[in-house]
Amino acid sequence: MRALTLLLLLSLATAAPAAAEPGPGMARIPGGRYVPLFVNGRATVEVEAFALDRRPVTRGDYLAFVRARPQWQRGRLSPAFTETGYLASWPGPLTVGSATDARRPVTEVSWFTARAYCAWRGARLPTTDEWEYAALASETTRNASRVPAFTARLLDLYHTPRPVPPVVGSGFRNVYGVSDLHGVVWEWVEDFNSLLVSDDSRATSGRDHPLFCAAGVVGATDPNNYPAFLRYGFRAALQGRTTVGSLGFRCAQDL
Amino acid sequence: MSTLMEQEPITTVDPRRTTPPTRTGPGLRWLLWLVVFLAAVDVVAMAVVVRGRAPASGETRAFAAAIPTPQAPAVRGEERAVLTAPPLVPQPITRGYATKVIVDLEVVEKTMRMADGVDYTFWTFGGTVPGSFIRVREGDQVEFHLKNHPSSTVPHNIDLHAVTGPGGGAEATLAVPGHQAVFTFTALNPGLYVYHCAFAPASLHVANGMYGMILVEPKEGMTPVDREFYVMQGDFYTRGANGEAGLQPFDMQKAIAEQPDYVVFNGSVGALTGDNALKVRTGETVRLFVGNGGPNLTSSFHVIGEVFDNVYTEGGTLAQHNVQTTTIPPGGSAIVEFRAETPGKLVLVDHALFRAFHKGTVGLMMVEGEPRGGAFGGQVSTGAYTPAPAGR
Repeated sequence: MRALTLLLLLSLATAAPAAAEPGPGMARIPGGRYVPLFVNGRATVEVEAFALDRRPVTRGDYLAFVRARPQWQRGRLSPAFTETGYLASWPGPLTVGSATDARRPVTEVSWFTARAYCAWRGARLPTTDEWEYAALASETTRNASRVPAFTARLLDLYHTPRPVPPVVGSGFRNVYGVSDLHGVVWEWVEDFNSLLVSDDSRATSGRDHPLFCAAGVVGATDPNNYPAFLRYGFRAALQGRTTVGSLGFRCAQDL
Repeated sequence: MSTLMEQEPITTVDPRRTTPPTRTGPGLRWLLWLVVFLAAVDVVAMAVVVRGRAPASGETRAFAAAIPTPQAPAVRGEERAVLTAPPLVPQPITRGYATKVIVDLEVVEKTMRMADGVDYTFWTFGGTVPGSFIRVREGDQVEFHLKNHPSSTVPHNIDLHAVTGPGGGAEATLAVPGHQAVFTFTALNPGLYVYHCAFAPASLHVANGMYGMILVEPKEGMTPVDREFYVMQGDFYTRGANGEAGLQPFDMQKAIAEQPDYVVFNGSVGALTGDNALKVRTGETVRLFVGNGGPNLTSSFHVIGEVFDNVYTEGGTLAQHNVQTTTIPPGGSAIVEFRAETPGKLVLVDHALFRAFHKGTVGLMMVEGEPRGGAFGGQVSTGAYTPAPAGR
């Protein structure tokens, strides 16, 4: 029952008011069109202008949240909202480790908790389209997805093992002024399971999963975009309660 | 599966089937047709006899007549599978009944040697390329635990070709880093099967080394041999050219073009040479479980200095005999058997030789002991050779 109430409060809080200018720490992403890796009917998707955090949410940021909202502290949260790995590497429910640790992206968070954090800040999680659209950008261009060197670079970044997430700002900063979209942590998005809208991602139903073996190529707009396959794949493997040591998030806002 | 060295007699040509066309007068033509008709009846009758014959000592499983309806037998007891790293193979199964087998396999991404001075971050099943060898018995109920190490960068899963069911277990085993998934299946079909990761993009996971093999022993068991080894070929695509030192990242363009820098047995150049060479003694029977992870190249598997007495082509039930080179496609396998007769070096290669000479597909088997059976007489003499002058 408490979980239900929380969920209700959460959904109310998500209706954040639109702001004309991006909030502090956020960058304005101008609207435009892009071609997602998987499309549902339409080949291109229109993305409206939005604001996106310049960096992933840090442990320090998240500590302020769980201080202000104790029900989201480790040990107090209902298992309905997270797995046991929630903030597991923190020394304590209200301690994040060294000053350096405080600057690392917060990870080991579930979709529910990431959402609650953004709502607390008056923001929301970005959608898959918003995240992917912003992540097309290199340092110099808005859409580098067809530049082989950029694709190769992302693939290298994704392959690099990072036992501990590096501090925020260690990834490259793109043309919008947004850093760390690639090669720091994986990031939650609002509709992370949109590839499986009518399905449970654990089910072994008859429905074709677009990301298993060769089925992954059928319906993909760009079979050469391996970095995108890895991102979509990572998201599709998640459930709302999942926590992973390399999975964090950042917030977005309507403009 | 048939017994090692137990070869079927060479089929003699039935003269009645090959009656040569003879110049005959019109009066005799009806007689010729009669002969042809009788021959045809004879062929059909023989086929019926062959189909109806009971499999001799479990040598062949008569699949031709009908595809059997699988029946998972009742299992007795429970055991934990012993997994081995290549080139080792778990002990043959001695129990004569089906059981529940628990397989624990950990996925771990690991930087390891590809060649001298060259490293690569492999994605592995069990910490090795190829992954741990799994050995079960036909009818066994397998409870498969796939564990994705927390340090993994991406989700992984497993598609076992021995599984009858969706994705070979792929969907049922999907696990993000730091998570595990458990599924069960019954090993219905005996044979040597490849397993691999099948999560998006599967080609990349396989290119990074995510494959291995599972042997489902037939319920009749396998003929004992003196030595068994596990050898699996794979092709690798690195940013730097072959031999370029350092940690080499995966090169997507080369992989799409199917132009590997390394084609190797057991995950690295030299995995089966030097101190790692396979060792056997003369007179010993040898069984190689050979697989090909690919992702792209088909192997022309050959052992220089040996003839394969038996090859279970494609890892299935039928044995071909007296084979020089056997084709092993990506995602396929073969069981190869021979007896080592002559001391010296046997060389395992992909007989597409530029791969062997330039990309790494070379393995050695050292045969020690006394020569046996007079198979090889050795060199008798050498001398100068001067051809007679030409043009006379």
